[in-house]
Amino acid sequence: MTASEILASLFPAGHSVREEGGLLAGTGGAPGAEVAVLGTALGLEVGVESALALAAGVLDVIRLHPGRPILALLDSRGQRMSRRDEVLGLNGYLAHLAEAVEVARRAGHRVIALVYGEASSGSALALGFMADEVHAVPGARLSVMNLPAMARVTKIPLERLEEASRASPVLAPGLEPYVRLGGVESVWRPPLAEALAAALARPAGPDRRAARGEERGGRLLARPVADRVRGGPAR
Amino acid sequence: MTGVESRPARASFREATARRRLAAVLDPGSFREILPPSERVTSPHLAALDQPVAFDDGAIVGEGLLGGQKVFAAAQEGAFLGGAVGEVHGAKLAGLLSRAERERPAGVLLLLDSGGVRLQEANAGLLAVSEVMRAVLSARSSGVPVVALIGGGWGCFGGMGIVARCCDAVAMSEEGRLGITGPEVLETTKGVEELDASDRALVWRTYGGKHRYLLGEADRLVEDDVAAFRAAALDLLGRRREVGLGALDAAHRRLAARLFELGACADATEVWARAGVPEPARLPVLEVGEFLRAVASARRGEP
Repeated sequence: MTASEILASLFPAGHSVREEGGLLAGTGGAPGAEVAVLGTALGLEVGVESALALAAGVLDVIRLHPGRPILALLDSRGQRMSRRDEVLGLNGYLAHLAEAVEVARRAGHRVIALVYGEASSGSALALGFMADEVHAVPGARLSVMNLPAMARVTKIPLERLEEASRASPVLAPGLEPYVRLGGVESVWRPPLAEALAAALARPAGPDRRAARGEERGGRLLARPVADRVRGGPAR
Repeated sequence: MTGVESRPARASFREATARRRLAAVLDPGSFREILPPSERVTSPHLAALDQPVAFDDGAIVGEGLLGGQKVFAAAQEGAFLGGAVGEVHGAKLAGLLSRAERERPAGVLLLLDSGGVRLQEANAGLLAVSEVMRAVLSARSSGVPVVALIGGGWGCFGGMGIVARCCDAVAMSEEGRLGITGPEVLETTKGVEELDASDRALVWRTYGGKHRYLLGEADRLVEDDVAAFRAAALDLLGRRREVGLGALDAAHRRLAARLFELGACADATEVWARAGVPEPARLPVLEVGEFLRAVASARRGEP
């Protein structure tokens, strides 16, 4: 689905979200119940400029609209891979974006992420996975790396990786694996406005992804190992 | 290697194992491991690919003393799958940070040595890195400082490069590289003309501690010496960055200024020249002390 189709389904009463250079920004919803929207489109690979622009968007919402919920829409193939981005310290720009989302949540902004295309690696970590809740629409694809590239790097034959990914959700890109691992809370189907309203009505809670991954059988050790090291369950 | 416990002999941090690094950075004999290898908590995903497991999954976590103060510490073992983060490895780091929120030690030290997400359990590894990021920010928000020490052979890349910058402070050696897309991945993905991973000088000046210090991404640049890392950890323990709007605004201005001033630079030597370092081409050969003096006025970031 394109960003405009997603936005139309999310905000039937209208929105002011614009796409520029692969970045989304604006608001949606009815007056008095506005939702700040930011994110990426067209698979944008997030580099230093776009990470900073996304962080600026989060900071503006915290400063100008206390308490306004934030919807992060994600279609991104990951971080931009270039020597210039590394020279300038892209990891630091992404950490800054992540910290901005953390501060927004702690300041009382609900942050909901919706993956409507791709979500991968650096940009998924810095934006989508920092939200209170991560959801996705059917056809969304989350990943670290595709299997052929993984085969090259790990020197494990591709057929072996393909075989293993039929039995386990940890290897292959996709949506269903991330649902089973607890990284995606639910799959939203149209009308998206109802799903968004329900998410915004829920109170923010702690990071339950590891517990959810255990309940769904995808990550059986993340929750118990963290609990054992912590010395008891999370509060 | 000998003499890790004794003061005068210089002992390489880079060449040491993760356990030796912990023993040498913390007060002698004070480290107590949580979920040690005797518990045999191993990756559930490696057997399917006929890959060997490690009884600590490459992550050593526990508590100890630093200058007499109780701290928590974690170290990634580069000798096991390049310190890469899998489900168990990440859960140990996240669990330790979460324990810190509860027990409130004087700080948490993260001895990072990692290529990033463990591809053999890619999706679980990505979520684990995310959980570590969230746990670092949560510990900091609760007032427990988190300090990253980067001086291992694998550097600190992928999602762990983001984790490092989510910490209150970072200490690095020149050899301890930091970034997100590492040299091999960059060359494989974008071609050798983007970055030649076999060009050691290029790799060091792009990712190495000197460049990160000059940009303000590393707070301390130290020799490749366990005692120097210990001193930096002691020094940085009291250094906190507030998790809040004021600190974010300041960081935002700094990052925006970096793009404005240095954004046209494609190579680190151009950055150094434009930042006003005298004789920038000499920086790679300078000893740490000489280097710190040479860049004192040109360095960006906090003191």
